[in-house]
Amino acid sequence: MQAPGDKASPLVATLGGGVLPGWAPYGVVAGSALFAAAVLLGAGAFSVALLLVASTVVSCLAIYLWSRAVEGRRRAFDRLVTFAVVAAFALALVPLLSLLFEVAKRGLPGLDWEFLTGSPRGIVGGGGAAHAIVGTVVITGVAAVISVPIGIMAALYLTEYGGGRLRRALTFFVDVMTGIPSIVAGLFAYALFAIFLGPGIRLGVMGSVALSVLMIPIVIRSSEEVLKIVPNDLREAAYALGTPKWKTIVKVVLPTALAGLITGVMIAVARIVGETAPLLVTTGVVDSINSNPLEGRMQNLAVYAYSEYRTPGVMKEASYDRAWAAALTLIAIVMILNLVARLVYRRYRTEIR
Amino acid sequence: MQGAAGATKAETEAAPVETREPAPPAPPAAASEAGARRRAKTIEARGVDLYYGEFQAVEDATVTIEPNKVTALIGSSGCGKTTFLRSLNRMHELTPGARVEGDITLDGQDIYAPGIDPVQVRRLVGMVFQSPNPFPTMSVYENVAAGLTLNAGRVKKSEKDEIVERSLRGAHLWNEVKDRLDRPGSGLSGGQQQRLCIARAIAIEPEVLLMDEPCSALDPVATLAIEDLIRELKNRFTIVIVTHNMQQAARASDVTAFFNIEESGRPGRLVEIGSTETIFTGPSEKATEDYVSGRFG
Repeated sequence: MQAPGDKASPLVATLGGGVLPGWAPYGVVAGSALFAAAVLLGAGAFSVALLLVASTVVSCLAIYLWSRAVEGRRRAFDRLVTFAVVAAFALALVPLLSLLFEVAKRGLPGLDWEFLTGSPRGIVGGGGAAHAIVGTVVITGVAAVISVPIGIMAALYLTEYGGGRLRRALTFFVDVMTGIPSIVAGLFAYALFAIFLGPGIRLGVMGSVALSVLMIPIVIRSSEEVLKIVPNDLREAAYALGTPKWKTIVKVVLPTALAGLITGVMIAVARIVGETAPLLVTTGVVDSINSNPLEGRMQNLAVYAYSEYRTPGVMKEASYDRAWAAALTLIAIVMILNLVARLVYRRYRTEIR
Repeated sequence: MQGAAGATKAETEAAPVETREPAPPAPPAAASEAGARRRAKTIEARGVDLYYGEFQAVEDATVTIEPNKVTALIGSSGCGKTTFLRSLNRMHELTPGARVEGDITLDGQDIYAPGIDPVQVRRLVGMVFQSPNPFPTMSVYENVAAGLTLNAGRVKKSEKDEIVERSLRGAHLWNEVKDRLDRPGSGLSGGQQQRLCIARAIAIEPEVLLMDEPCSALDPVATLAIEDLIRELKNRFTIVIVTHNMQQAARASDVTAFFNIEESGRPGRLVEIGSTETIFTGPSEKATEDYVSGRFG
């Protein structure tokens, strides 16, 4: 070891090392993009995808070498990893943004007042999607009414009551259920109702049952996670006041977990609102507005988009526009649900130490 | 107002119970604030064995916890003090696989007898926990009233107000929180939260108050505040306190019980119980002397 204060000490040397200017990362990215573009143009193989890949690779290399020369190995590696992580994040965003952009671009032309309020009954090659919007809301709403109590109570059983083998078995089956292909859920609901109402039956509520099969495991899973993080201290505090178990759950555990439960339900709804396959076999395809889930066929947005695309009428372009508009409406509904979930979470969240 | 209310309660509570022994004289500090004495209940544990599944945590504990006294349970970590404490209000059995053998009686009534509802036992034997645990969804007021609203069903608003104020005064917290009763209980400082939990526990007027290291998360000033409070609360309650802090046991308790464990994996045993003075100045067991003088543990 060298004496402290010695100028040649490695510690002092590291501390005194150079630092890249603040604009360095941006500069490197811009420079690399220009360089990659020039090389690609020169080679006559220019395309946007290639440019992105090439400039990512070049900028990772460039920042590493530059930083290595000025700042030393450790910082250079740090910068390299930072670049790699940001690039991976950007890569993950690309399909999402491109999808949103494409759906918005193609959906907006078809999205007008008539689309949102009219029904296509008796109109050749025109009309709106009000019947599908009503159907989506009713089917999903009924599915949520069925799934939320069952899901939350099942989660309560798993966290507050269940134990041993039964609990493990239930958790296992819930996990299996989350992986059920949605068409299987649809066929299950169809088979169930066909037993009582005969083959060929199509009802809104059948679609809700099919969606519940998909939704219940998601609600159980998310609620279970939220209930698990309610501190045991709070349950014990309630017990120590001579509170019965059920009242402890109703008055202490559930309110503490409320925000998380609501968020979980919203996300589960967002997950099932766009299901197509199970609804094709259970609710059918129809042109009229039907808000009664217990009678007759019911249209919904996903199936509507599918059938407009698959069997366009006389005016093909108009049908395609409506299919895209339906997709855009669906995405908007999902986004609104997610935003509401976030707002609710912020409003009601409980600070748990 | 608070003194008067305390007195009425004391009379009604004390009347049916036969006096077994003369109550110890009240310390002067208590008389002014805590109101009249009332005779709380005695807990007797005889030959208590406590298990977590196959593991035996406490072996053959026989303790008499006298009314209106502070009994401190001391001993090294893992020796079963907290387990023993939790068996006194049937909280022990909430842990999966936990069981209790032996007799524990509250004024002669076996609290583990068949037909005894653990929920009722816990209404008579309240508890304060190691880390302050106010209900995060409730305000200061609702936290104190929690025992009433969670159990008793409808209580008149005026009555509730009175109980909340009396309990908060009893926990020396009223002056600090009277202007923010509707704010969340979790917004208070650690020491205030612990006093809030004490207020919540005494609001349902239990007979016995169990405290599981109530000061371990608190600074010395807050600790002294709680110790003052404990000395005062013993006029109305029987108090059992688990503590790792030997000065605290010496300062705040009248009776001290020393638990010890021979080696890890073996059950903890009650080595010695006696007046705090005896335990700290002339214990009859070597292990106790070693522990209180800081030679191990």
